[in-house]
Amino acid sequence: MIDDDVTRHVARLARLALTEPELARMRHELSVILDYVDQVQELDLIDVVPTTHAIPMQNVFRDDVPTPSISAELALREAPEVLGGGFAVPRMG
Amino acid sequence: MALTDLTAEQAIAAIVSGQTSSCELVEAHLARTERDVWNSFLAVDRAGALARAREIDALPERPPLAGVPIAIKDALSIRDLPTTAGSRILEGFRPVYTATCVARLEQAGAVVIGKTNMDEFAMGSSCENSAYGPTLNPWDLTRVPGGSSGGSATSVAARQVPWSLGSDTGGSIRQPAALCGIVGLKPTYGAISRYGLIAFASSLDQVGPFARTVRDSALLLQAMVGRDPMDATSLEWPVPILLPDAERLDGVRVGVIEELMGDGIDPGVRAACQTALARVEALGGTLVPIKLPHARYGLATYYLIAPAECSANLARFDGIRYGHRAEDTENLLEHYERTRGEGFGPEVKRRIMLGTFALSSGYYDAYYGQAQRVRTLIIRDFATAFAEVDLVASPTSPTVAFPLGERTSDPLAMYLSDVCTIPISLAGLPSISIPCGLSEGLPVGLQLAGPAFSENRLLAAAHALETAIGFVDRPTGSGE
Repeated sequence: MIDDDVTRHVARLARLALTEPELARMRHELSVILDYVDQVQELDLIDVVPTTHAIPMQNVFRDDVPTPSISAELALREAPEVLGGGFAVPRMG
Repeated sequence: MALTDLTAEQAIAAIVSGQTSSCELVEAHLARTERDVWNSFLAVDRAGALARAREIDALPERPPLAGVPIAIKDALSIRDLPTTAGSRILEGFRPVYTATCVARLEQAGAVVIGKTNMDEFAMGSSCENSAYGPTLNPWDLTRVPGGSSGGSATSVAARQVPWSLGSDTGGSIRQPAALCGIVGLKPTYGAISRYGLIAFASSLDQVGPFARTVRDSALLLQAMVGRDPMDATSLEWPVPILLPDAERLDGVRVGVIEELMGDGIDPGVRAACQTALARVEALGGTLVPIKLPHARYGLATYYLIAPAECSANLARFDGIRYGHRAEDTENLLEHYERTRGEGFGPEVKRRIMLGTFALSSGYYDAYYGQAQRVRTLIIRDFATAFAEVDLVASPTSPTVAFPLGERTSDPLAMYLSDVCTIPISLAGLPSISIPCGLSEGLPVGLQLAGPAFSENRLLAAAHALETAIGFVDRPTGSGE
């Protein structure tokens, strides 16, 4: 099920550059792990509701009151590259 | 008795009575921290810790935690202190805010002395996935301390600090606590705010304490528990956390999880747990064999849910706002791919790939959707068990601490390290590991778990058992 093309496609979706040796190893390891996790397919779960949150909670709201946030200067402090008071990114194209 | 041998509770008493000061205590622990033969620390804040200790010593009255030092897993953000989560992609990163749980402990008078080593982004069971080298087990320096919070567990066992904080997604507090011979507590999902915890799998992640006694872990929980407006999943806590002092277990029914006491558990581990469990009856409690029919699907379920959630959470590491950035990229796509390819280690890449696959078009229902349904069955299994018993028990880890390198080439063998802890995590339940004996000269952990919000009952039982077991906590690989 997991061939080179699928592995390459998933790596692209995940925005991960993998070297050729990494890709080969990944294909193998993913196959082994997927074989193992496939056991969840044994169960008939048609009528079972999926769990997204283990402890039941209602929607959580807060009052919509503005509060001070961190300064732009602090927000930019850890950026690898800053340009004109913003985060610099390479061109899109 | 050396200052570094004191439990936190004893240290607080010694400071309050004037026998020692926060400065003296912090200095003694810094000395052991700076001679870090175990590689348990990634950053030490000598100047900050001593400044805070001096402030506390100068106060007219001691705060509740009295200036006792603590170590914090590097997955928790502390303003201006280097925070890497064990990853190259965050090398040199300094957070601009402090995690709520750490802020609450500092408010209560704890003094942070440093950040501890961990498997990269908390993905691992041995601390060998740290980009900064593995932590070594203080009982045997050729063995792993467990993971992912291996540095936090080791720092406590090696007496670099009396207590520390870790995080637990599938066993990352309980399993290293077991392998290092100390106490590790994972509270109910939502008990402690995760604001400032670098997210791994958000439906599972929970912060919790390591300590050398159950009472010390209760003290830390007490100071952190409860709702935080900055974390929408944090819970209003219904009752105060009490310091346990029970000596008996009269009327307490403990369910022994049959699926976790048989095949796949090392005989020495099983024997140590059985001996410890026999004390439940000696203390007036009863043992009841129980079944969790879907527990055997726990590992498979976890390795779909956790990677899926991590693949979404780790999308934020893009080399733009913080952290590592690849050089000389031609366009944005290449920038993302190379930044992440260079910054993440092999296990993190594996989990991101697995999760991306499980969430991808055409596979979502068969994998992620199916796993969420199995999760429901596992939760029901526990509900059925808790209709009959107050607590459940099992070994924390199927083996004692294993040799460095033993499982690094086989991801699935590593994943099996968490087979006993994962079902409880999937159900969001509170759980504690206490040391219960030795096998092959290495510590064995006994895991107890209860229904959501049963922390007081869980801590009381763990304290009574801990006292009856009388485990002698003397790591032999302490580097002396």
